[in-house]
Amino acid sequence: MNLTRKDILGLQEMSSEEILLILNRAADMKEILSRDIKKVPTLRGKSVVTMFFENSTRTRMSFEMAAKILSADVSGFAASTSSVQKGESLKDTILTLDAMKPDVFVIRHSASGAAQFTASLTGAHVINAGDGAHEHPTQALLDMLTIIEHKGGIEGLTVAIVGDIAHSRVARSNIWGLMKLGATVRIVGPETLLPAEIRQLPVEVHTDLRSGIRGCDVVNVLRIQLERQEAGLFPSLREYAQRFGVNSNVLREAQPDVLVMHPGPMNRGVEIAPDVADGEFSVVTEQVTNGVAVRMALLYLLLGGSPDAASN
Amino acid sequence: MRLRIEGGQMIDPASGTSRAGDLLLDDGVIAWIGERLPEAEARGVDRVFDASGLVVAPGLMDMHVHLREPGHEYKETIETGGRAAAAGGFTAVVPMPNTLPATDNRATVEFVARRARETSPVRVYPAVAATRGNENTEMSEIADAKDAGAVAVTDDAFPLQSAEMTRRVMEYCRTFDLPLLTHCEDKALTKRGVMNEGITSTVMGLQGMPKAAEDLQVARNIELAEMTGCRLHIQHISSERAIELVRQAKARGVAVTCETCPQYFCLTDEDVRGYNTLAKCNPPLRTKADQDAVKAGLADGTIDAIATDHAPHAVNEKECEFQTAAFGMTGLETALGLVLTHLVDAGILSLGEAIGKMSTAPARILNLPGGRLEAGAPADITIFDPAAEWVVDPAKMRSRSRNTAFAGWELTGRAVATLVRGEIVYEDSARHSAQESAHGGKDRK
Ligand SMILES: [Zn+2]
Repeated sequence: MNLTRKDILGLQEMSSEEILLILNRAADMKEILSRDIKKVPTLRGKSVVTMFFENSTRTRMSFEMAAKILSADVSGFAASTSSVQKGESLKDTILTLDAMKPDVFVIRHSASGAAQFTASLTGAHVINAGDGAHEHPTQALLDMLTIIEHKGGIEGLTVAIVGDIAHSRVARSNIWGLMKLGATVRIVGPETLLPAEIRQLPVEVHTDLRSGIRGCDVVNVLRIQLERQEAGLFPSLREYAQRFGVNSNVLREAQPDVLVMHPGPMNRGVEIAPDVADGEFSVVTEQVTNGVAVRMALLYLLLGGSPDAASN
Repeated sequence: MRLRIEGGQMIDPASGTSRAGDLLLDDGVIAWIGERLPEAEARGVDRVFDASGLVVAPGLMDMHVHLREPGHEYKETIETGGRAAAAGGFTAVVPMPNTLPATDNRATVEFVARRARETSPVRVYPAVAATRGNENTEMSEIADAKDAGAVAVTDDAFPLQSAEMTRRVMEYCRTFDLPLLTHCEDKALTKRGVMNEGITSTVMGLQGMPKAAEDLQVARNIELAEMTGCRLHIQHISSERAIELVRQAKARGVAVTCETCPQYFCLTDEDVRGYNTLAKCNPPLRTKADQDAVKAGLADGTIDAIATDHAPHAVNEKECEFQTAAFGMTGLETALGLVLTHLVDAGILSLGEAIGKMSTAPARILNLPGGRLEAGAPADITIFDPAAEWVVDPAKMRSRSRNTAFAGWELTGRAVATLVRGEIVYEDSARHSAQESAHGGKDRK
């Protein structure tokens, strides 16, 4: 089976078969990462443009490494030093870059729907590297790959996503992906950080951290932004850490072999206690490695590389 | 100009009558109305308009449009908006004052009125901004603006946030016998919001605007209207509870009226899916329950009027990220078809009730002539074919902007001719040539 879609905009629109295809291919790609010479010619002559309208060095680097390992040419477009500063519209920016005939656009933007908008303007493939509070599909895919490596699968697991669900694209992509692969998803946080009518989705909603974590196989901790306090969504980082910060004490409620994940960068001492962040259950550095593998798999599948080429 | 409209189904919502017959327009008024125009009266007629199979109604009045002049002529002008209105069957429109500069004093109201006289095929009755520059800090010179031709006071697009300011504006409106048209929105609750708050906004990751933002201000404005005795009209009502609040207020005798728009009975927030910026408007498209409540409110009379909130925007203001897209959609050229298809054919309103909400009711609320089909009334007439099937095609619109949310919709019913002061200001071109050949030049003698 091959990936037939043009774009990777989110996991909501993807089937479980497609998600599994990507995850299986990512497992293959990970083998390349363990080699001494990390370079295969698979995507030679293909070009990838990364457009980061929001700063995210780690995600941009992860995509760039993935593309380079597969021998694609990578060009970066940084909104902060470009025509965007002169007031150029997103549409004009995309049309201009599209005229340079890239094969893939990777876009990160603060506006929900920006990736879909990009896809509507170009015949090139578009990979959503995070759009507003909508989706961040590659993050959820790397999270799922990490879970599968440790648990052997997703089906039947209980996964708690803790924190600022309302503003989180990571949470949304994880909800869709985990649901499609048969996990039970729990959403944990104060009501002020839960999006409207979230209970209409087939997720369990907990506003108490202890009960939300109880019996979980995986705890995915979301980054909390100081600006949410400034917006009046909780009184202080101190109280947030006390009530919703994941520490080793509350983690005892989870399964003894619980995995602790975080999309990074972490605020140690706020949403995650330092001893948990760096503790025995934490898999955050593996997540980073798997991020490269997942992005390699997506580029490979979208650009139609043959399986033989990848194993060269 | 003496014009005879022959054999149409004449509907007069003001008297609740519907009958087949003739109408004679002379010198800008309805000179005669009845079953068959007597031969004596028929002499000297300049043109006979064959209205058989058509509905003849009092001119439709859109009490909520944005004509964008002065200041945003790249979106629309009084001329292009006026032409769009005529093509949609409207004989009169009430432009909102969120222009640049704001239509907030005698000079700007006079400017709009003058541009209307010079360029618009339909009547234009300006509304004046409640506060100077729409800044919500100082009251506009409302009495002076009334003298210049303003027919109402409004906070549209810049809802009054302070209850104190709202109270004073209401008292002042009462003093000068002007209705206050309010856009009800608690801005603190809708800050950065771009669509209705609910499961759809949650899934799309878009900032929501809760219904409570509308409901709270509807409740507050009703309380203040009751206290001040101001004639309050609530614009573009969209939420279930807000409609219930108006229903209760009317039951206890408060002088409150309200309007809704076709988008609130034809669309829901699910139409925003796919980041459809054409469906981005304010108030935002709500849920199915709200849509049902709008229909029920129209049916039981809680909602008095249907307006369009015609909000033209340039292509680049809609072809962009959803959160940066402008609020609003055009409406003048689709409203009649949407009302006939989705309210009348759907059995929610009778034809007479629907026409009443688009003519008689706005005229009554704004205390304007029109909205009646009787001898002596202004010769503002809308003639439409209730059976004409057509497909909404933005490319064919007269408005300078094409931001309709209804492109491709199949509708039944559209304007055939629009008459203002007894003059034909719009006539369906296909129909016109057919009539010319049928009459064989007889009219031209
Ligand atoms: Zn408004």
